Amino acid sequence: MSALTAQLPGLQVVIPLLGAVVAAFIRRGTIAWGWATLITAMTPIVAFALLIQVWTGGPISYHMGGWPPPIGIEYRVDLLNAFVLVLVSLVSAIMMPYARRSVAHEIDGDKQAWFYCMYLLCLTGLLGITITGDAFNAFVFMEISSLSSYVLIAMGRDRRALVAAYQYLIIGTIGATFYVVGVGLLYLVTGSLNFADIALRLGEASAVYPRPVLAGLAFLFVGISLKLALFPLHVWLPNAYAYAPSFATAFLAATATKVAIYLLLRVIFSIYGVALDLKTLPVSAVLYPLSIAAMFIASILAVYETNLKRMLAYSSVAQIGYITLGIALMNQAGLTGGIVHLFNHALIKGALFLALGAILYRAGTIKLEQLGGVGRTMPLTCAAFVVAGMSLMGVPGTAGFISKYYLIVGALNAGMWPIAFLIVASSLIALVYIGRAVEVAYFRPVSSAVAHAKDPPLLMLVPLLVLAFASVYFGIDTELSAGVAGRVAETLLSGLKVGGAN
Amino acid sequence: MKFDLILRVGVKLMIPFMLLFALYVQLHADYGPGGGFQAGVITAGAVIVYALIFGIEEAQRVVPKRLVELLVPLGVLIYAGTGLLGILFGKNFLDYSVLGANPPLARERGILFVEIGVLLTVSSTMVALFYAFSERGR
Amino acid sequence: MESFKGLFDHYNYVVTIVLMIAGLYIVIARGNMIKKLVGLMLFQTSVYLLYIAPGKVIGGTPPVLDAKFTVYSNPLPHVLILTAIVVGVATIALGLALVTRIHEAYGTIEEDEIFARDEQE
Repeated sequence: MSALTAQLPGLQVVIPLLGAVVAAFIRRGTIAWGWATLITAMTPIVAFALLIQVWTGGPISYHMGGWPPPIGIEYRVDLLNAFVLVLVSLVSAIMMPYARRSVAHEIDGDKQAWFYCMYLLCLTGLLGITITGDAFNAFVFMEISSLSSYVLIAMGRDRRALVAAYQYLIIGTIGATFYVVGVGLLYLVTGSLNFADIALRLGEASAVYPRPVLAGLAFLFVGISLKLALFPLHVWLPNAYAYAPSFATAFLAATATKVAIYLLLRVIFSIYGVALDLKTLPVSAVLYPLSIAAMFIASILAVYETNLKRMLAYSSVAQIGYITLGIALMNQAGLTGGIVHLFNHALIKGALFLALGAILYRAGTIKLEQLGGVGRTMPLTCAAFVVAGMSLMGVPGTAGFISKYYLIVGALNAGMWPIAFLIVASSLIALVYIGRAVEVAYFRPVSSAVAHAKDPPLLMLVPLLVLAFASVYFGIDTELSAGVAGRVAETLLSGLKVGGAN
Repeated sequence: MKFDLILRVGVKLMIPFMLLFALYVQLHADYGPGGGFQAGVITAGAVIVYALIFGIEEAQRVVPKRLVELLVPLGVLIYAGTGLLGILFGKNFLDYSVLGANPPLARERGILFVEIGVLLTVSSTMVALFYAFSERGR
Repeated sequence: MESFKGLFDHYNYVVTIVLMIAGLYIVIARGNMIKKLVGLMLFQTSVYLLYIAPGKVIGGTPPVLDAKFTVYSNPLPHVLILTAIVVGVATIALGLALVTRIHEAYGTIEEDEIFARDEQE
């Protein structure tokens, strides 16, 4: 048993990788789905085992091929990435049962097996970015996940999915290339690719080469921001989410951007923060205005959107603004809020997009004006939508409230009460766009499109209800979300060169 | 181009040497530049030249599409399987030391297996790309 | 004059930056999807150069161990860029595949025409 425990970091990536390879041999959609479900179900077990191990015993270092770092590739699991691993693998595992009907409905029979193969490859990439301690390895995994997600998006039924995937490919590649340029500059000044080793050498290097170090930060920051859809760099996201198959949208919305945010945290707090004084770097100064702009402008765009998937996509951009705001605050409560919102938003957006997928499955449309009265014909689906929507707004007692509470406390602790006010104000815009959907769903006469719709089959309904329930449950029991996030924030801040003072 | 005698004979003469050269690049990589990527592209080049001169149907008779689609994941499987041997024998993923008694031998074997996997995947991916694009728009 | 000397001493960086800006400009300024991919390729190529050029140690030989040589070039950037090249090839192949499908679906690969056709729906 202990021999297996030592292999867990490797297995976290190897299991889905092998799963993807084997899935490439399978031709029948249903078998591929069963296989993908099995593989996905194994990943959260590994992730939880890692989290427990890290929680009790401290960071784990796994040497690929037995080569010790910094020469070899190191998989380094600390509390932050164990938490993200749990998030990504758990949400994917909950969603997998949903995939079968939804994918069978939206994708041609001969392509379904490929869909699952690409999905497993994407999962491999996401878990790989999260677990690796090597900057270049992270790039390779980033491209694995990105390339497979372009394919997932392009499989949408609408021909606009192709254009959306193309645009995402262009922007995603620019983002990844910016990231490599940043890593290259760091490699040139430090001679290392290992995150921890770079952090160790960066202070000295920055005294000799201050400009490449700063330029490296700028490249890394912009590159990762393109991936996580930070506000002005978000243009790829609404179309990609709107025209991708429902399951792919839910999966990518819940995991892909979260992993990119993790990488941003890693670069800011584990590399630059350890080596240099973050107060002297323009990180917060850039993040504050962009986050607040995201919270307001993207929310307002969501209000005027009639395609519900696009509406939620804009809402995702806004919610990412909250997370980056938490990063910008750089104090205990603010960072906890950012990280816990990473977790909560994954659950909430997962539930919301699954609900839309269910509506698309039964009613055949997600245009707001055609969905009058859908709340009465699809009661459970819409109830889940409303519950997750309330959590998105941050109604007390839901998970969304917990994240916003921490963010507001963080803003007040930092002495920035206008930001606390802006957080509340932007939440009201979420009330408007979710409320608009609720109004159509419950208070309009039943339209022709939804007249014969009913709740989706159990296989689709259960994952949706589980995620909706989770988005309330984590507002009451916050041990796994805020508890871990608090300790993550504490570790990140205590590692900074100039301690986590407000 | 199908009926150009010089091209047909020339290509027929060239292809065996291309494949041989690919094998040389693959196997001589211990001592000089080369490896699975380069050898894979040269191998694929041989198939693609054949397809250009003799037509895609003829090429697919020699290297069927199904085979190509099978070889892509098979190469990765060989790679990952080599890595998995490390885990099976209680070492880390991709730890070659389990493959032989002394480290140089073990590394040589490990790299050989991995490079075979790379060769299969790279060559079949290149051919698959060529097939996929050339079949469009007919 | 001092800054000119710096430029000539680091001409590899100058070439890198010129390629990078040229590639990025094509991606942004062109509406033709294939041309955009060409720009993207140029942009990626500049990064290959950024890594590879400093890996050369002046007077160093290829890193194959031999008693006659003591100075070797750094092999690591080459390995990294080999990976990056493969990733780049995969990206371009996928991009071209998407363009092919877009051409089949829309009958054009000009972005403005595609947006115009989407508007009509």
